Amino acid sequence: MTTLLFRGGRVIDPANGVDRVCDVLVDGGIITRIGDRIVQSGAHEIDVTGSIVTPAFVDLHTHLREPGYEQKGTVATETEAALRGGFTTVCAMPNTSPAPDSLTIVQSLLELIARTARVRVLPIGCVTRGRAGKELADLSELADAGCIAISDDGNPVADGRLMRNALEYAAALRLPLSEHCDSPSLNADGVMNEGRISERLGLAGQPAAAEVSAIARNIALAETTGAHLHIAHVSTARSVELVAEAKARGLHVTAEVTPSHLFLTEDAVFGTGPEAAYDTNARINPPLRTEADRQALLRALNNGIIDAIATDHAPHAIEDKLCEFDVAAPGISCLETAAATIFTLVSRGELDLLAAIRALTAGPVATFALGARIPGIGALTPGLSTDLVVLAPGENWTVDTSTFASKGKNTPLNGQSLTGRVRHVVMNGELAYSAELAHA
Amino acid sequence: MLDVSNPEAIANEPGTRWRTKDLLDTDQLTPEEIDLVMSTADAMHDVRSRPVGKVATLRGATVITLFYEQSTRTRASFEVAAKSLGADVVNLTASGSSIEKGESLIDTVRTLEAIGADVVVMRHPNSGAPYLAARHTAASIINGGDGTHAHPTQALLDLFTMRRHIGPLEGKRVVIVGDILHSRVARSNIWTLMAAGASVTLCGPATLVPRTLAGKTERGTCDVTTNLEEALEGADVIMTLRIQKERQHFGFIPSLRDYIRGYQVNARRLAIANPGALVMHPGPMNEGIEISPDIAHGLGSVIEEQVTNGVAVRMAILYLITTARAQ
Repeated sequence: MTTLLFRGGRVIDPANGVDRVCDVLVDGGIITRIGDRIVQSGAHEIDVTGSIVTPAFVDLHTHLREPGYEQKGTVATETEAALRGGFTTVCAMPNTSPAPDSLTIVQSLLELIARTARVRVLPIGCVTRGRAGKELADLSELADAGCIAISDDGNPVADGRLMRNALEYAAALRLPLSEHCDSPSLNADGVMNEGRISERLGLAGQPAAAEVSAIARNIALAETTGAHLHIAHVSTARSVELVAEAKARGLHVTAEVTPSHLFLTEDAVFGTGPEAAYDTNARINPPLRTEADRQALLRALNNGIIDAIATDHAPHAIEDKLCEFDVAAPGISCLETAAATIFTLVSRGELDLLAAIRALTAGPVATFALGARIPGIGALTPGLSTDLVVLAPGENWTVDTSTFASKGKNTPLNGQSLTGRVRHVVMNGELAYSAELAHA
Repeated sequence: MLDVSNPEAIANEPGTRWRTKDLLDTDQLTPEEIDLVMSTADAMHDVRSRPVGKVATLRGATVITLFYEQSTRTRASFEVAAKSLGADVVNLTASGSSIEKGESLIDTVRTLEAIGADVVVMRHPNSGAPYLAARHTAASIINGGDGTHAHPTQALLDLFTMRRHIGPLEGKRVVIVGDILHSRVARSNIWTLMAAGASVTLCGPATLVPRTLAGKTERGTCDVTTNLEEALEGADVIMTLRIQKERQHFGFIPSLRDYIRGYQVNARRLAIANPGALVMHPGPMNEGIEISPDIAHGLGSVIEEQVTNGVAVRMAILYLITTARAQ
């Protein structure tokens, strides 16, 4: 095993309350020392002066597409994208075909992961059989198989009684239920945020009330059942107020936000030109909202109301997006730009540096209680942690989707300049990725 | 007046020139360009009034109409317009073509370009579809109606009709009544009318009138109301829109009966407007629902003339786009 010595970086580890310029030694597959002027003979020394050294990132919401949608992405391609983006742990959403609603499907998924994944993949099981919202999946079987949470992903559990019973089971099994909070009847055929832009472009709108009312119902059911309700990708100002109130009342409610919703607004659908772009790469569910919503999300992340940044990485094939806006598949390929969009927001003063790093590391780990399963995850604890990221916070680069490892080239950020770049990623004590080597 | 049968003379005409490859919506047009369309349409109107009613200006040009939705007047109007200018016209509909076999829009327009289309007139149920098509072909795309987004030639023929009757639109009050939310005609009209300096009022049930469409430009204004009687005070033009019975689903309207009670344009309500106010409708009409038959065919009605003028305005658009391509 290699011995790596990262010399002179700013080490930020929210889990351990560390923020200082010093050295980090990785030896024998583990982070062994964090301190000043470490001397270690035979170590491969990497000068990271001016860079930030943090725990590797953890993503609570990733679409790997395999099995079933290999033209959009595979476990191999999307986990390579995760690695390059600084994520060494991703939670795989269950909207695959077949969907993981039973032990055998989860087992075959775990075998696929063991064979082809480039990073740690933690499976999320279904809430309902086939994600159809009719009857519960075999939840205790899914828990035994190693699912770290349950979710029907893009299909909200619309039936209130079914959701209540799902939460009862989730509570007993001590699994978080990650819910795409939405009201299908309110959204009708909506394809973007309802408001100025949708009405201008003649596109059916998704009102904020569709998300807000579902969150309100689900919080009430979380209170009834005592379950852990995790609200996936909050997108409206009122959503975070409801989360804040639930937390203040002591309920077990957590929330994540995507880099896309922090960085972009509904304006991305129109584009920046004089003529409407109808940019299908800006179609995402929940939709990009207004600037006021974005500001509220930034505030909620800075003050800790939002627990985690989750990518909702959703790779799609070219033909899924090269079509009319109404029929385009929703989702953004996000893993390889996530850190850069977040650090661009930090450089603009919109996000607090420590809050942002916490939401990429210790935040998601605490949210899904992953520390109990994987010791040292999301932290730089000497003798325990194994993964880290080195990031150049001031490096400007231009997004070029042709260089993506992900099969999904679907992002409205292509061609855009971002500030902050992942330079090195250490996983299981080994240098798993270096930007320098990748572009040599 | 322009002599449209002499292309060389027109090419040397001073003043505003057509800039864009496509006509996707009226919001892309400057007030000067709208004036150019109007003056060209005047010349085309003159051509259509002659005994033969045809010129050979666009001989050799190929115009393909590509309709993914049913249409009577728009498709026929474009066909007559193109033939009146001497162009070759091919009509395609979604049924009976490769579209039924699942061909993508992009592949379809590229195929039409390869066949030799100079101009593709397109109607599509998805808002924004012509924008997608325009980005992937060198042929000129004319939007013949996309989803609930835009119908630029309808708005231009509406403006043309208004100007012929009441002159410049500066300071004039235009009321658009009905299902604004689902109306591509209303949206495109808002931009031409505001550019022409009119005050536009959008009126209908609150469920069908998006408040965010209210606004103003340097020249015109657009406001929103649910009260038709108030809206009609001082109106110079009343444009009624088709209301579909299907809007009863999800409660956009309680019933046609209830809609008629609040929003039918009839003699009693027309009396509130300015004397001689124009009555317009983009068609097809549901007489007795959004408009009473006596008003639809009454003195102030220019509804049939809109259809006639549509040919002249579409000739103007085809002419401007095709001659700009040749430059």
